[in-house]
Amino acid sequence: MAVMSGTTARVRAAGSRSPGSPRPARRGWKITPWLFLAVPLGLLILFTYVPVANMVWYSFTSWDGLDAVKEPVGFQNYVEIFTRPEIFRVFLVSVYYLVGAFLQLVLAMYFATVLSFSTRFRNWFKGIIFFPYLLNGVAIGLVFLFFFRPGGTLDALLALVGVQDGPQWLGDPSLVNVSLAATSVWRYMGLNFVLFLGAIQSIPTELYEAAELDGASSWQKFRFIILPSISQIVGLSLILAVSGALSVFEIPFIMTGGANGSETFVIQTINTAFKFSKVGLASAMAVVLLLLVLLVSWVQRRFFPEEKGDLA
Amino acid sequence: MARKHAASALAVMTALTLTACSTGDDGGSGEGGLSGTITVLTNRTDIVETTLRDYVTEFQKTYPDIDVEFEAITDYEGDVSIRLNSQDYGDVLLVPNSVTKDQLPQFFEPLDTVDALSATYRFIDEQAYEGQVYGIATFGTANGYVLNKKVWAEAGITEPPTTPQAFLDALEAVGEKTDATPYYTNYADGWPLSQWQNNQGSFAGAEAVQIRDAQEAPWSDGNEQYALDSLLFDVVAGGLSEADPTTTNWEESKNLLASGDVATMVLGSWAVPQIQAATETVGGAPEDISIWPMPWKTDDAFQSRVGGDYKLGISKHSDNKAAARAWLDWFVTESTFAVDEGGISPVVGAESPDTLKDFDTFGVQQIELTPSPAGQESLDSDIYNEAEIDLFGDQYRRALIDVARGAGSGDRLSFFEDLNSRWDSARIANDG
Repeated sequence: MAVMSGTTARVRAAGSRSPGSPRPARRGWKITPWLFLAVPLGLLILFTYVPVANMVWYSFTSWDGLDAVKEPVGFQNYVEIFTRPEIFRVFLVSVYYLVGAFLQLVLAMYFATVLSFSTRFRNWFKGIIFFPYLLNGVAIGLVFLFFFRPGGTLDALLALVGVQDGPQWLGDPSLVNVSLAATSVWRYMGLNFVLFLGAIQSIPTELYEAAELDGASSWQKFRFIILPSISQIVGLSLILAVSGALSVFEIPFIMTGGANGSETFVIQTINTAFKFSKVGLASAMAVVLLLLVLLVSWVQRRFFPEEKGDLA
Repeated sequence: MARKHAASALAVMTALTLTACSTGDDGGSGEGGLSGTITVLTNRTDIVETTLRDYVTEFQKTYPDIDVEFEAITDYEGDVSIRLNSQDYGDVLLVPNSVTKDQLPQFFEPLDTVDALSATYRFIDEQAYEGQVYGIATFGTANGYVLNKKVWAEAGITEPPTTPQAFLDALEAVGEKTDATPYYTNYADGWPLSQWQNNQGSFAGAEAVQIRDAQEAPWSDGNEQYALDSLLFDVVAGGLSEADPTTTNWEESKNLLASGDVATMVLGSWAVPQIQAATETVGGAPEDISIWPMPWKTDDAFQSRVGGDYKLGISKHSDNKAAARAWLDWFVTESTFAVDEGGISPVVGAESPDTLKDFDTFGVQQIELTPSPAGQESLDSDIYNEAEIDLFGDQYRRALIDVARGAGSGDRLSFFEDLNSRWDSARIANDG
């Protein structure tokens, strides 16, 4: 603000010398922020809001994805979603990923705390934990496909410690979602870890020193200094975890294609649109998922409101 | 005010550009007065830089002024069906299977009438609507199962089984007497499961599709759909397929069949040359790889459904339809594509390929499906889409395999009953 009023003052001063010039200068100053915003806003509207508006429109039609004519059918697609129980049953698969996501948050928090203090090979460990997040999802899918296959890497490792005849990690319907959720944890833990680590490192060191003088244990330091300081990041991670679990796609799609009971809601949506040519119904499913994620985030915000003034 | 001017100027310019596009060059000099550049969409990523370029060199001996550019697409079916929504999908392309027959005129240029073309080409009914042809097959395929005859011979079987039970017994014998996996489903890649459906007609005859669409319960004993799907079910339920279907791999399966680690896969004759080629890398003899007809006989003869592969069509929005047509005609009649692929030539009266030697030996009848009557061209796809039973996809056969190997809920009876009830409601819904 101080800088801005400074500019205005200078413009005024210039204006007093040569009349006429202040007006364009002031107009330029008003437009400037919009100019800066034009590109990102344009991209956002073009690639996010226009497609979403289109999708909402498709969801009220019986379009097959090809035909030139898009027949409006009113709320029929939505009625179909809520009257066919098998469409919602796939959300049970999300429970596996939700449990995985909580495990992932706990692990990430543990590693972030440990590695924020001086530990041997600290940077090396940080690199190792973050590395999977940098890998392409398709590559991860393929790597883990070989890892889980019968006689693959995992079975070979288990054989080394004497476990013969391991189960079919992806073939056994009671295990497939556990295997896939574990892959998901492996992949996304790095992101949570980096978020937590960044937050933890922004805590002033004086607090630890003071706590040490008071004779606080490591657990107490974590409980009363670190956790309250990063609570906002934890809240954000929780929202991401829940909405992520509802809309899991990449890993199961690449590894099993949704076969063997690993179908998630998004895979089901894709199949509805492109395998059964029901783009209208699939759009309605996507809209429902969007509303569901918004609802979950809203509920979460109500129950875990943003804490202000963390350490005050 | 200024903004308004700019907007109208832009509109005028757009209009001009569009007109320029639509009246683009329709040919110039060269053979038959044809020239220009055409874009050809292809699914053959493997030969786009090699074999296809050789065809172009050959093509340009006749049409020196036509330049052909290829665009190879890995997920051809998925990508191109979405691209059809734009106007930019090349000049010559393979008609995606998801286009229903009544939609053909929306996207493709009519080539000629069925009556005019049927004297020259086979399989033209497959992409025709209201008497007009919209695509000509690049080659034809006979269907059945591809097998490693050496492995089958080790198990004591040298002739095609004639009943489903004999087929199961044969696989059983392969499992007992050899180290090979008797059958490989290719469950993970999914699309090979749809190959089962290509055998429609081998059991019910040329009218198979119409017969199915008239049935309330295609998945009951005596019907073709039941014959096909219950055979797959029994193969898997009998433990005759690979141990973990969820981690299969198509490219690897070709090597497994070539080397004799796998004995059988249901595929079309198009797969034979690819697996014979694999024998060179993994060891094995190309002559051991062959295709046999499905295990049932009609009028004391084996039946094999013969159909066209992807059909070449011309985009309705092509700027150079004459040159596109020249390439299409040349490709299906002059190029050696069908022979190179071990397929049946789309030209009437051409010789049958080496890959089908065994078909001649065992006296296999070739069946071509009768086209749907006018007004019912898309009835079949309307029913299976509505029922969400993807006859030509992988979803319901994966579920079938899951049930058969005890990984899914339900049993044989309940699974087929569910399919029947979904089919019947979809039929009723489409009756109006």
